[in-house]
Amino acid sequence: MAQEPVIVADGLDLTFQTNDGAVQALRDVNLTINKGDFVSFIGPSGCGKTTFLRVVAALEHPTGGEITVNGMSPDEARRQRAYGYVFQAAGLYPWRNISKNIELPLEIMGFSKEAKREHVEKVLKLVDLEGFGEKFPWQLSGGMQQRASIARALAFDADILLMDEPFGALDEIVRDHLNEQLLELWGRTGKTIGFVTHSIPEAVYLSTRIVVMSPRPGRITDVIESTLPRERPLDIRDTPEFLEIAHRVREGLRAGHAYDD
Amino acid sequence: MKNAFPVLVVLAAIVGLWYLAVAPMNIRTALDQAERAGAVIQPEGGRARLEVSVWRLMATNSEHISAGYDLERPRLPTPAQVGRELWKTTGEMALRGKAMSKRSLIYHASVTLKSTLWGFLLGTFLGIAGAVAIVHSRVMDMSVMPWAIISQTIPIVALAPMIIVLSSQLGIEDRGVPKAIISAYLCYFPVLVGMVKGLRAPSSSQLDLLRTYSASQWETFVKLRLPASVPYLFTSLKIGIASALVGTIVGELPTGAISGLGARILIGDQFGTPLAIWAALFAAAMLAGILVTLLDFAQRITLKRMGLEA
Ligand SMILES: Nc1ncnc2c1ncn2[C@@H]1O[C@H](COP(=O)(O)OP(=O)(O)OP(=O)(O)O)[C@@H](O)[C@H]1O
Ligand SMILES: [Mg+2]
Repeated sequence: MAQEPVIVADGLDLTFQTNDGAVQALRDVNLTINKGDFVSFIGPSGCGKTTFLRVVAALEHPTGGEITVNGMSPDEARRQRAYGYVFQAAGLYPWRNISKNIELPLEIMGFSKEAKREHVEKVLKLVDLEGFGEKFPWQLSGGMQQRASIARALAFDADILLMDEPFGALDEIVRDHLNEQLLELWGRTGKTIGFVTHSIPEAVYLSTRIVVMSPRPGRITDVIESTLPRERPLDIRDTPEFLEIAHRVREGLRAGHAYDD
Repeated sequence: MKNAFPVLVVLAAIVGLWYLAVAPMNIRTALDQAERAGAVIQPEGGRARLEVSVWRLMATNSEHISAGYDLERPRLPTPAQVGRELWKTTGEMALRGKAMSKRSLIYHASVTLKSTLWGFLLGTFLGIAGAVAIVHSRVMDMSVMPWAIISQTIPIVALAPMIIVLSSQLGIEDRGVPKAIISAYLCYFPVLVGMVKGLRAPSSSQLDLLRTYSASQWETFVKLRLPASVPYLFTSLKIGIASALVGTIVGELPTGAISGLGARILIGDQFGTPLAIWAALFAAAMLAGILVTLLDFAQRITLKRMGLEA
């Protein structure tokens, strides 16, 4: 498969000016994410995972270095609807039913009525929420709400999906299920996914690459290529290969910390 | 109706306390009247009785307590008296086809209501417009908000006559105009504060979500800020309409007003007809109750439609 770079970060720096001085959230981040990659970001709190995703999404702007998305600046890429963003909280609008919530980006992007209906139907099926379109968010479980918010991010056919701890607030059983569904969705759609998590098994199970980060200043300390096949049943997590990768991630995290002390 | 019971208990307690209070409040008037009619009262003479507490008067002249419940000009009328006066000046007149006569409280309430609604509309409009400006502009936030707060520290009773005089000097004949302005002056503030809070209610992640769609400020306003502010708006509107009514009544108090519930209260005071004052007060309270209830209905229906209330 030809490697087609989608997100390219080159010497990325980002310093927040706060009341108690400057916080270096990202320092010298170099990373290339190729088309169809599933890249997880893992690391202790405050190491800049969210910040990196927000820079890709043009929600923050770097103070140094370069970043391109599809060969453009993040701002341009956003205008071209290059990515969908999934926040940690589902953040569905309580006054809109599920279909209307998923329609929100389509309304803003000026889709026709017919196209809106079509897209909503398609993504509802994709996240396994057929028949729930008329329900209001409070009528759905937390896991279903999070699926609806993923559907919302998928609705306008962005090629890049950025997910910031989307399953962080869910229990393990629901999480396993959603992980499985997400992999299946990724396999079917061939999207490029950037995924922030605190869970080593989740990162290993989902990713083709795992980016290990370390705080103060936020930086990449290790990038681990997964040797797992793209097709991954849940019980792959008990294979020696899986445990070996998990071990390497843990080592990477520990090394990052040792450097810090 | 499980809720009815506590409501009725509280209502009964208030009415009960009221009836109890009538005896001490009216004992002096009752004794004066009885004395004039030839009865022997202990001690003699109204002046001498001023030295004695109402409790002692009640104890020594207990046979005259009941008279206090049926005075023509009581200090404190009984609920039944107020009710009768209310009926006499509303329902009974309406039945006789004189609902809009100058002596009917329905007429006066309608005058007050009209100014209240105009003031409410004006105040709500100003409040919402101010809130939109404040939320979208930091300069407005810093320049308008302090004045809005200061505006509410000026006692309305001091301001009301000035507005009335000013508007008559500007050649505005209609007395409804200054009243509506006073009413709007009281009404806009709760709406402003509530709407600022409501328009700022969306979380930063909800706002970021729209940024990822490159939504314009207008789209953010229409699709996120406005719907998020609706529950706040209705709460403010309920406070606002009650304030608007108070504003109108205050606007009717100063010299010269002849119609409206406020004028009835003032005239009742000047002519020593306490029943008229009480009837007007109750009419005003009922009017406020009706207006707030209507808004409450509108709130429930709207929120239900929006799916915000189960
Ligand atoms: N808007 C901001 N202003 C100032 N400092 C910020 C801002 N956003 C993030 N930071 C700081 O930048 C650093 C990185 O934050 P970031 O949210 O990216 O961490 P994270 O890896 O996502 O952490 P977590 O796992 O807790 O979500 C932190 O030190 C944080 O305090
Ligand atoms: Mg984070």
